Amino acid sequence: MSDSNVAENEVTISVRNLNFYYGDKQVLFDNTLDIAKNKVTAFIGPSGCGKSTHIRCYNRMFSLYKGHRAEGELLLDGENILDPSVPALNLRHRVGMIFQKPTPFPMSIFDNIAYGMKLHGIKDKAETEDRVEKALRGAALWDEVKDMLKKPGTALSGGQQQRLCIARAIAVEPEVILMDEPCSALDPIATTKIEELIDELKQQYTIVIVTHNMQQAARVSDSTVFFYMGKIIEAGNTDEIFTMPKNQQTEDYITGRFG
Amino acid sequence: MTEHTMKRFESEMTKLRDMILGMGGLVEDSITRCMEALLKQDMAVARKVIEADKAINALEVECDEMTRAMLVRRQPAANDLRFIIATIKIVTDLERMGDLAEGIAEATIKSQDNPLTHLSTLEALGNRVVSQVNRALDALTRSDVQLALEVVQGDKHVDDLYHGVQREVITYMLEDPREISAGILASGIAKNLERIGDHATNIAEMAIYIVKGHDIRHVDHDSAAALLKEKQTAS
Repeated sequence: MSDSNVAENEVTISVRNLNFYYGDKQVLFDNTLDIAKNKVTAFIGPSGCGKSTHIRCYNRMFSLYKGHRAEGELLLDGENILDPSVPALNLRHRVGMIFQKPTPFPMSIFDNIAYGMKLHGIKDKAETEDRVEKALRGAALWDEVKDMLKKPGTALSGGQQQRLCIARAIAVEPEVILMDEPCSALDPIATTKIEELIDELKQQYTIVIVTHNMQQAARVSDSTVFFYMGKIIEAGNTDEIFTMPKNQQTEDYITGRFG
Repeated sequence: MTEHTMKRFESEMTKLRDMILGMGGLVEDSITRCMEALLKQDMAVARKVIEADKAINALEVECDEMTRAMLVRRQPAANDLRFIIATIKIVTDLERMGDLAEGIAEATIKSQDNPLTHLSTLEALGNRVVSQVNRALDALTRSDVQLALEVVQGDKHVDDLYHGVQREVITYMLEDPREISAGILASGIAKNLERIGDHATNIAEMAIYIVKGHDIRHVDHDSAAALLKEKQTAS
């Protein structure tokens, strides 16, 4: 792996020799990678290859569990975010996350989005309303929910709930949005909406998406990273990875010859 | 190459490969035989070439249907994708080559009334083109990039021979107006052969694309060779 899969001035996250352990078991081995600013980077690889573990280091999600530890450097705008002196709340403000299953809070659509802002110190009512609308518009959900903001978030369809979670993430204006299989619980139409949204969001945010759907990776991402057994096997331009991968293992995986 | 976890896709790929190579075999045969018919003035062979074109056309349709179905069902990637894209293009080249061979067979039948008298340069051009076609198909079958590159570079020799034939034909026609009818036929046959050579070049370029993922069309020979070399050291 070269250190320069992305031009230097356009890097948002630099991963250097990231190793990760669940207790005694090492699951990531010397991951080195650059995540480009305002681009979509897709992580692909078979189940258990470490792509979700890797993405969860970007907001230190693992620190919620005992015995999980990461070694190495994870630089977000030059600052090592693995360093415990970087407050987790502040970090998760800068790095938002969307999960496989939509996770709306058990509260109204409006409050779902206002809640995060409150946590981050936005108290003014007019400003809150403005930013809720902006976030819902940003997540392409405003027109569908503007007349029902008081209804519970859980009353929405699966695809709408996922866009609500995206709205909640962008309401606090993060730099990076992580998506861990954001469409695997959605139907094809809802999936298309999320994919179109990803395309729009990348103008403002850096997006990293984990997906098992290879065509989705090919459609939405600018760069693709192939993980296998905790190692980064190949990272590069998505078009090249899907037409002419350099590594035989990558080729075997994306053509369905694996295993 | 590791096997596909999807057995059906694997067998479809094998079938497609067999089909395109089988079609290549038929086309190769037609080209060889139309030259044989011309040189020996064998009208029975000429008619067989015309008849054989139907089978080639049918294979074109069958290949196209198969590649379309595979694209819809499998969304192939990487080497599979390159092979299928190349197949779609190669099928068109082969079908055109079949038509051009058929054209030569038809010209041979017409030439009965105005026998072609000066066949040696045309024969040299024909031999060269048959060799180009053979080698392009070999390169495709064996994924032989070096051989494919030789075919691409060899097209210049075909062009030189073609211009030689045309100059000769014109000379004969100028010397003796009674040669004009035969001359026009000979000129048309030479043109068909030259175009078969161009299609063989296209196939060789696709053979390179399948293996290297690199499009060397419309690039001069030296740059193409350099690019391929660069690719080799990089991988």
